[in-house]
Amino acid sequence: MGLLDRNIQKGGIVISKLDDLINWARLSSMWPMAFGTACCAIEFMGAQSTPYDLDRFGIVPFASPRQADVMIVAGTVTFKMADRVRRLYEQMAEPRYVVSMGSCSNCGGPYWEHGYHVVKGVDRIIPVDVYVPGCPPRPEALIGGLLKLQEKIRQETIVAPKAIEKLLEKKAKVA
Amino acid sequence: MNFEQIVAHIKASLGEEIIISTDENASPKAININDENLVEVMDFLQKDNQLYFDSLSCITGLDNGPESNTMEMIYNLYSIPFDHHLMVKVELPREKPAIDSLCGLWKTADWQEREVYDMFGIHINNHPDLRRILMPADWDGFPLRKDYQEQEYYRGIKVEY
Repeated sequence: MGLLDRNIQKGGIVISKLDDLINWARLSSMWPMAFGTACCAIEFMGAQSTPYDLDRFGIVPFASPRQADVMIVAGTVTFKMADRVRRLYEQMAEPRYVVSMGSCSNCGGPYWEHGYHVVKGVDRIIPVDVYVPGCPPRPEALIGGLLKLQEKIRQETIVAPKAIEKLLEKKAKVA
Repeated sequence: MNFEQIVAHIKASLGEEIIISTDENASPKAININDENLVEVMDFLQKDNQLYFDSLSCITGLDNGPESNTMEMIYNLYSIPFDHHLMVKVELPREKPAIDSLCGLWKTADWQEREVYDMFGIHINNHPDLRRILMPADWDGFPLRKDYQEQEYYRGIKVEY
């Protein structure tokens, strides 16, 4: 940022792609909706606390879906809760992203077989961008997931949205 | 008062045949009674000067499965001033199980009976507000019955893994 400030103070101009500018703005202020459905929310709260300091990524929990950009589904989603989660997602303005946090919201977790009351994966009700494994995931894992989401947003383009394809390509190269 | 004294006191006051059997291995020790006597017995247990079971600690439902074809309601009582416990068991038929509500005696029975209704489908007579408490209102079936089969879809969401 120092470089940018100095250039502007000198009366200079900064040239960038509009894509990059928009993506940079979006990924630097991913406001998650402040809600949790089960014990993963405790780790989510831990990630917001001073030692982990989510604020350094511009991630500040917000209490309303209207102003939130990211929904972190932190915990078990029951069938009774499913309608509410879906409604909250629908109330968010686009662009919106979903992070599924923990085994329960990824795939039902320990309730996969006998948990008649648990939705076996929140992706059955809303589209998910990043899955964070763990039961519950440590704050580091959640931060890892959010960085992964930043990576995804960084590759978006308003001309042709190909973020997922690019990510898959990169993964194939590594493997 | 110990268990034998409690049983003797109930029999002396309400008649010998009011207690069908006792179970000394249960914890706390249990008496079995008939479902039509439930409110009478519970009213006595709560109000009697020597018993004074002022706390209904827990209500449990139990499904013994299609073979024995019975269900049970189990009430755990505790007397705070006398510090004695008692379990009261009532056996019910598995077809159309129903039992009288205890909301008139202990307010806490309200939600506990709703839970038993929600999980086992035991109908509670004279309950002020008999709705499901844990499962969604439009859920099919009673999950803790031994022969429970979960529905395939709930509001378009697949239930099975």
